[in-house]
Amino acid sequence: MDLVLVNLIDGLVTGLLLFMLSAGLTLIFSMMGVLNFAHASFYMLGAYFAYQISTYMGFWMGLLIAPIIVGIAGAGIERYGLRKVHQYGHVPELIFTFGLALLIEEVVQFIWGKSQMPYEPPEILQFTLFSISGNAIPAYKVFMIFVSIAIFLALLYVLTRTRVGMVIQAALSYPKTVEALGHNVPLVFMGVFGVGTALAGLAGVIAGPVLGTFPGMAFLLGSIVFVTIVIGGLGSLWGALVASLLIGWITTFAASYNVAMADVLIALGFEQPVDLSESAWRDLWSLTLPQIGPILPYLLMVLILVFRPYGLFGKRDV
Amino acid sequence: MSNATPALQIDDLRKSFGKAEIIRGVNLTIGRGERHAVIGPNGAGKSTLFNLITGRFPSSGGKVRLHGNDLTGLAPFQINRMGLSRSFQITNIFPNMSVFENVRCSLLWSRGYKYSFWHIVSKSRELTEAADAVLEQINLTERRDLPAGMLSYAEQRALEIGITMAGGADVIMLDEPTAGMSHSETDYIMDLIRQVTENKTLIMVEHDMGVVFGLADYISVLVYGEIIATGRPEEVRANPKVQEAYLGAALEAEH
Amino acid sequence: MSDTASNNGTAQRGGSRLGAATPWIVSIVILAIIPFVFTSNSAITIMNQMAITIVFALAYNMLLGQGGMLSFGHAVYMGVGGFMCVHIMNYVEDYSLPLPLPVLPLFGGLFGLGLATIVGSFSTRKAGTVFAMISLGVGELIAACSVIIVAFFGGEEGVSGDRTYGLPFFGIEFLHQIEVYYLIAFWLLLSALLMFLYSRTPIGRMANAVRDNPERAEFLGYSARWVRFFSFCASGFFAGIAGGLFAINYEILTEENLNLVQSGSILLITFLGGVGYFFGPIIGAVVFTLLQTVLSLETELWQLYVGALFVATVMYFPGGLAGILMMHMPAIRMGKAGLLVMPYIKTVLPAIIGTLGLAALIETIFHIRHAATGDEEMTLFWTTFNSHSVLPWLVMILVTVTGYWLTRRNLPELRRAWHEANTIDGSPS
Repeated sequence: MDLVLVNLIDGLVTGLLLFMLSAGLTLIFSMMGVLNFAHASFYMLGAYFAYQISTYMGFWMGLLIAPIIVGIAGAGIERYGLRKVHQYGHVPELIFTFGLALLIEEVVQFIWGKSQMPYEPPEILQFTLFSISGNAIPAYKVFMIFVSIAIFLALLYVLTRTRVGMVIQAALSYPKTVEALGHNVPLVFMGVFGVGTALAGLAGVIAGPVLGTFPGMAFLLGSIVFVTIVIGGLGSLWGALVASLLIGWITTFAASYNVAMADVLIALGFEQPVDLSESAWRDLWSLTLPQIGPILPYLLMVLILVFRPYGLFGKRDV
Repeated sequence: MSNATPALQIDDLRKSFGKAEIIRGVNLTIGRGERHAVIGPNGAGKSTLFNLITGRFPSSGGKVRLHGNDLTGLAPFQINRMGLSRSFQITNIFPNMSVFENVRCSLLWSRGYKYSFWHIVSKSRELTEAADAVLEQINLTERRDLPAGMLSYAEQRALEIGITMAGGADVIMLDEPTAGMSHSETDYIMDLIRQVTENKTLIMVEHDMGVVFGLADYISVLVYGEIIATGRPEEVRANPKVQEAYLGAALEAEH
Repeated sequence: MSDTASNNGTAQRGGSRLGAATPWIVSIVILAIIPFVFTSNSAITIMNQMAITIVFALAYNMLLGQGGMLSFGHAVYMGVGGFMCVHIMNYVEDYSLPLPLPVLPLFGGLFGLGLATIVGSFSTRKAGTVFAMISLGVGELIAACSVIIVAFFGGEEGVSGDRTYGLPFFGIEFLHQIEVYYLIAFWLLLSALLMFLYSRTPIGRMANAVRDNPERAEFLGYSARWVRFFSFCASGFFAGIAGGLFAINYEILTEENLNLVQSGSILLITFLGGVGYFFGPIIGAVVFTLLQTVLSLETELWQLYVGALFVATVMYFPGGLAGILMMHMPAIRMGKAGLLVMPYIKTVLPAIIGTLGLAALIETIFHIRHAATGDEEMTLFWTTFNSHSVLPWLVMILVTVTGYWLTRRNLPELRRAWHEANTIDGSPS
């Protein structure tokens, strides 16, 4: 039971982190029709910028400034890169963001090198807040949960209670009409892209100290974020939230419960071959849940796309 | 099947988008070789009717029969293979391919090439000649090797008609073939339509009354998703209900 | 004017047989004699790699260029074909089966086709974003499986075989690189020809039609989904052949042959070469392989340059290298390409020099940031200098700025010349 609780907390952290990325990605997609392949690269930039700033001014300034810089960079890329490619259609747009992801990774390696950066949680949060039967829950983890929830609530407030949020929601469904009403839709696009990437940057800032700040971090998370918004339903914020938490918990639980396929097979009445190394099914017998944990999200996504192409909460076909 | 089977028979066809009922039980029978025009004020549901017949949208109720065969649930490509071909209100061609290529693509299925990967299309004299014949007919031989997207508007409309009839379908549906055209262009398209639909069943949506009365053997008037009158042009013109509803609505639309 | 155009048309139609065969004959000749020009082992290694990449890129372009389907997981089909071929090689060795090595790629193709048939049955329902996402998901899934299903994929170290243990083929045992080269060249020609012919068949033409306007194609009697499905299967087949060639050449396949990096680079190669023309991916594969092998010897930062080149291509030349080449066809046909030579020299040359200067700056910054402390000496363009002293910096900045300034200054001239070269004489515009 205690292990379940620990896993619930860990899964929540992963899930909320995923949500910070997928929320921005799904907003950008539903407004502009662009699946931003480079979204996780902005997450990486957030971590690196925050690290760099923290070496001069400490963690908290990094937390404050880095997402803003990432957001400005994102808006700039939308204005001077994406908008140019937009005229060629959606497939070149997707290819552009893919190239951008490659380029950002190379640039990061160019500036900071290939090794992991010593980016640490602030000292004030480096203590164990409480422990559940011997499993320490660090204060920083709880801090991450609070930041993510605060961001979620802020996003919800902006989208449903403010004028800007109304324009965004309207632009989601009727871009032409909104433009006709005198709203500057390109500006809204740029703003949404900037805010979306800033959110990704913020996720990077708070995840960097825990998951590690290294050039592969974008790649590691990038495709999972995609999977998340596809499962949740493209363009649905609630879907993104549910799918993020789902994936967070699935991967956390799969990683910590060592269910062996052999036990399952024996329970099902199969007989284990005496000499496994000779059997063509040896991989099936030696399979464990932690092993297949990382591929579960992909499996889920393929199944969703085959049987419910618009995702769990999506209203429109992709 | 006897000649008595109508080319197209529509029974109580309905379509709702959400709560709005756009087509409210249309009944229409179109005989073989007939040229039938569907007219009506803007927003009457003429294009929706076309889209329902051709399988572009699923209907909410009712039946469409092509030569007696039920079309319910069939995809556009299946309906096309049964001998019904259509054009679109907004020009719908393959803009990056050459004019010739556009026509040739529209010939492939009906000439039995299907999904073949063992024929080379340019080696088929039959295909080339047939495509060139269509180009001749729609008067675009000079534009043969240009990308279709570079043609003028009227030429693109002509090409669209060419693509629509090239496959040899015997029921041709044209959605506002002369929309947005000048007088001389309209005359050109009208001649073209008359020529290419010889011995075929033609169903068209059209706003230009000159074209309608010049081409159609029968006219149906669609108002708010219902057919209020069907008949010979002179009957429809004389029908007081039509005059009231159609002219009334047309006046409303103008204001 | 219209007279000449239609005359050209008839001429093309009439003399098509010889005209169409010319590029193929030239290719055969080039492929046959090139090992005598570049005889070193490393050159042949590069050419083998190039040829395999060309087959793969052409297969990929059947999807992207001709079918309009963007795949982020196409390496899987090449990889699975390759893995199967290595296994077959080992079977042939273990059981002394009478299977000559040269037919092996066919099996790679069949397994690529098999996998594509399964995946395509659900992934080709839609083009665009859905297709791209499914391809990514399936790609990641299979790549991740490679670590789990050790029996087939060999886990971390992959599976390896030995091509020379099979039956000799007319006395050739494929011990030497040059023998492998001719085997690969043969398959390259055969697959390129087949892929070219495929694009000329009804299904190949309809692939283009569905790419441009799936709805219209449906109203012409073709199911867009089936057309996409067939393109996908054909592409999987040829990708599998590339995998078989890879297996023969390298005798080992690992997880790296399946993952997103591999899938991404084939997208990069194809797009760089140009998706709009059949020969685009060939140019892309040749250029990329050269960049990869030559540039990576010169600098650690080659991927940075390739990435920048790729992004620039997407932004400014979506037609790729082939598109740039073909842009000049009208001017050449009118015999006015000569007008462009001088303006090109005046703009492109300074641009190249400026770019080299910029690259030098980037290299120097990289050296300062990442070289061991105390190591201040670096060599660039055959010149050794101290990266911390001022003079080299000044020189590099000067070269870069002057280069780009000259390009910018001469650009209007190029624009004028371009307009001139593409205007028909005597017409007012």
